[in-house]
Amino acid sequence: MHTTVVIIGAGHAGLAMSRRLTERSIDHVVLERGEVANSWRTERWDSLRLLTPNWLTRLPGRAYAGPDPDGYASAREVAAFIDDYASAVSAPVLNGTTVTAVTSTGDGYQVATDRGPWRCAAVVIASGACNLAAVPPVAADVPPGIAVHTPLTYRNPTDLEPGGVLVVGASATGVQLAEEINCSGRPVTLSVGEHVRLPRTYRGRDIFWWTDRAGILDERHDEVDDIVRARSLPSPQLVGTPERRSIDLDTLAARGITIVGRLGGLAEGVARFSGSLANTCTLADLKANRLLARLDDWATSAGRDDELGPPERMEPTRVAGRTPLLELDLHRAGIRSVLFATGYRPDLSWLHLPVFDRRGRIEHCGGVVCDAPGMYVVGHGLVRRRRSSFICGAGPDSAELAHLLHQHLDARALA
Amino acid sequence: MTMTDTPVDNGVNTEALLGAREALSEAPEAAAFTWRATCSWVHGTHSTSTIEGFSGLGTDHQHKKTFTFEADHPECFASQDLGATPVEIVLAGLASCLTAGVAAVAQHRGIQLRSVTATLEGDMNVLGILGADPDVRNGFSAIRVRFDIDANASPDDIEALVAQSQKRSAVFDIVTNPTAVTVEVA
Ligand SMILES: Cc1cc2nc3c(=O)[nH]c(=O)nc-3n(C[C@H](O)[C@H](O)[C@H](O)COP(=O)(O)OP(=O)(O)OC[C@H]3O[C@@H](n4cnc5c(N)ncnc54)[C@H](O)[C@@H]3O)c2cc1C
Repeated sequence: MHTTVVIIGAGHAGLAMSRRLTERSIDHVVLERGEVANSWRTERWDSLRLLTPNWLTRLPGRAYAGPDPDGYASAREVAAFIDDYASAVSAPVLNGTTVTAVTSTGDGYQVATDRGPWRCAAVVIASGACNLAAVPPVAADVPPGIAVHTPLTYRNPTDLEPGGVLVVGASATGVQLAEEINCSGRPVTLSVGEHVRLPRTYRGRDIFWWTDRAGILDERHDEVDDIVRARSLPSPQLVGTPERRSIDLDTLAARGITIVGRLGGLAEGVARFSGSLANTCTLADLKANRLLARLDDWATSAGRDDELGPPERMEPTRVAGRTPLLELDLHRAGIRSVLFATGYRPDLSWLHLPVFDRRGRIEHCGGVVCDAPGMYVVGHGLVRRRRSSFICGAGPDSAELAHLLHQHLDARALA
Repeated sequence: MTMTDTPVDNGVNTEALLGAREALSEAPEAAAFTWRATCSWVHGTHSTSTIEGFSGLGTDHQHKKTFTFEADHPECFASQDLGATPVEIVLAGLASCLTAGVAAVAQHRGIQLRSVTATLEGDMNVLGILGADPDVRNGFSAIRVRFDIDANASPDDIEALVAQSQKRSAVFDIVTNPTAVTVEVA
């Protein structure tokens, strides 16, 4: 089968691209292994709510129009939103079609699927940034008799045996799951490495109102200081709740969660945690306050101080002042499960082209894949701007990439 | 010329360091370094460590001269106190590493240092090394570092400087995280 562009994946990013190509009358298909919004239907834990408020959930030509713009959507609601979008833009989605290999044909690509191959001039990789759990090598040293989980398989606390749980990683996922597991009566130890602390609201507004309005989400890939580092930053410690409460190491410690440093090693059933916890907390506190200072500067220069509450600063993280536990004999401490909330990575094992760096990451410049003319990637972190990591980034990213893709097709037609 | 017009000079060549970071990211083999020390027993608890060379950037290197460090135990341990104790040398290593980091990060951030002093304390219950109490570890139960820094920067910037130097410090990592150590007899 032939088409001009194959889009791989019918999540929000692939569908936004589909809509852009339709606008430009570029012939394409969207290949989806499951059904539209598959990852929101099958890969999220039960209690998940977006970190981003509903008003920020917008795709090209469509914005949230429900009754609760300041609320945070559940996975089911996100799936419904994306599903509606697919119908609204009449995306040419082929469900139940898994891409198994992408190879070069010289002037284009062959996309092999479990339902036969496609030939095309250009490929848009929209297969998601979070297909696999990025689990550190130390996971292999978890002793027998203690179950290992990841956020991709975990649904709710009843998936875990009664008993203690070691949660590794304190990004949004780690802090949220540590809290809900602890509430289920399973004592939780939370291992904390580098993390990003943010207040849920600041001066009366959601933190995303600030980063959206102050232009922080629009910082471009070629503007940020260190793009590799910016792309690998953990998600901020936030949770979407009706009360819009903040979540951080101190609120978790107050609930009885034991906060320890980064998991450094595991041998003979004894986990060792870094003694650098205090410094990782200090770094996060300083960074959060630098951001707040920057937001204050913006508010003043934008003349908005009058409509906002007074500036504040985050209190230093109190658990940083305590001497942390450095080692834990898992069996003796009654730990029955270890949950590695250590991030996600894409699964591009079907992409048979030399487009990866030595750490296995796809090399691209603003979504234009290096050394693969006519290949684009969308939906990964900071593809073109900080916003790219979120649903609301698909609008501007797909507009620009569709433009570049169109130029590529025109140049190819002339060649 | 006012203070702020003077170019910041902490004696650190950050351009070279940033260049090395760039170059080594492209050539990861060259980034693999091995550091070496040899130690000879002198008498009693007194020993002399010698540091001559290391490998990295795909080749062997000699220090400009051979450095030696005397180590011993103090008189209250019935020794002769002919050198610092090994644990004090560890504190010195941590202090030097963090201090070098402070200078490098300050240079990179355009902060002129006027003076930097690190004061370290390491607590230890010696019942551990004496084998008198199996519940007491041999090593430090806690290390405290205090930096006194005089620089043209706000207290927040100085705090950030010190935090960043810990984040990038080799010895800080060595003392806060486990390392696999093998010891064999030749
Ligand atoms: C825990 C978690 C929390 C999040 N919170 C937020 C939030 O608060 N706000 C926000 O805006 N965004 C949030 N995100 C979503 C984030 O925006 C998206 O993960 C990311 O942008 C990717 O979107 P996507 O459309 O590219 O990928 P996905 O939605 O993952 O879609 C990719 C699609 O590709 C399909 N696919 C994969 N491989 C193949 C293949 N080989 N063949 C065929 N089809 C394939 C998948 O089935 C899937 O349907 C969150 C994500 C996670 C994991």
